[in-house]
Amino acid sequence: MASLKELKGRIASVKSTQKITKAKQMVAAAKLRKAQAAAEAARPYAERLEGVMASLASKVTISESSPKLLAGTGTDETHLLIVCNSDRGLAGAFNANIVKAARAKAVELEAQGKKVLFYLVGRKGRPVIKRAYPNQIVKHFDTSGPGSPGFEEAQAISKEVRTMFEDGQFDVAHLFYSEFKSALVQDPVGRQIIPVALETSNAEDSGAAVEYEPDEEEILAELLPRNVTTQVFGALLENNASEQGASMTAMDNATRNAGDLIDGLTIEYNRSRQAAITTELVEIISGAEAL
Amino acid sequence: MALHFELVTPEKLIRSEDVYMVQVPGSEGEFGVLEGHAPMMSTIRNGAVSIFASEGAEAEIIEIEGGFAEVNEKGLTILAERIAA
Repeated sequence: MASLKELKGRIASVKSTQKITKAKQMVAAAKLRKAQAAAEAARPYAERLEGVMASLASKVTISESSPKLLAGTGTDETHLLIVCNSDRGLAGAFNANIVKAARAKAVELEAQGKKVLFYLVGRKGRPVIKRAYPNQIVKHFDTSGPGSPGFEEAQAISKEVRTMFEDGQFDVAHLFYSEFKSALVQDPVGRQIIPVALETSNAEDSGAAVEYEPDEEEILAELLPRNVTTQVFGALLENNASEQGASMTAMDNATRNAGDLIDGLTIEYNRSRQAAITTELVEIISGAEAL
Repeated sequence: MALHFELVTPEKLIRSEDVYMVQVPGSEGEFGVLEGHAPMMSTIRNGAVSIFASEGAEAEIIEIEGGFAEVNEKGLTILAERIAA
């Protein structure tokens, strides 16, 4: 049985851990509200852009001269996996889940004999992927600056990825992030962003002739890069909201577990204290009786 | 009758309202959009969007940077890169 002093020490240490997890939980709850609002505010733009893209793509016939972002390079030999993680831990299985989804895709692609490259965003996914695929990380984008990643970062990432695409470094790009469903549920998702995967069936054909200014090709050429940026931006926002949600849930659990642990330890502490007092009393009484 | 007008940036939905007319700085020249305009798509240069809430009303001006405008049977949608403060 542990001594009284030891028990006291353990109770104190669990208590201070609980304070940390509780603080982190409250911070995450506060940040979650903001991140959620930001993610929701960004949805209309993404939806509208997708609608416009779909209706535009249904009117343009894919030919040799169409932009590569739409038509692809003609092969799918090299795949780039853009994996968005957070910069901080204490968020439960949040980062592990995204990495797991990305690795599953990588394994699947490699089984088909394709080449896989990684483009990492955020700090937390790096060690795991580096261990599994040491020579396949092309770039690590640092988002650890102050504040949550915003449109500027999305633009920078999108620009870099497009440059790599134009240099012929890869043929297909997938984006991995965690979709925010609710504070309790976040789904890791992977979707193809280059070439654009459009559901042309969504395009509503009004039947009316649409005037294009300048022409379709030029508009499309301007829209396609913007679409990549928007997708990345959306992923960053969803990720941020998911991270806070996951963190809040994980820290809530941790706080509760710490509470249970403290209760258990306190009972044990009181029991030992009582036993010590009883022993002392028995000693005094038997001493007095002996006289 | 009114024109349904929406102005969206990546950060948020700035406007969604019924107006009389909107003047858009298209990359090939300014154009005004009234209700019932023929469907069109145009890229936008940096400039001012003038919104007229009703006929003859004073224009409300929003400076935008880069983007894209679409007119369809539902109205006018402007997707702007950002709003100049």
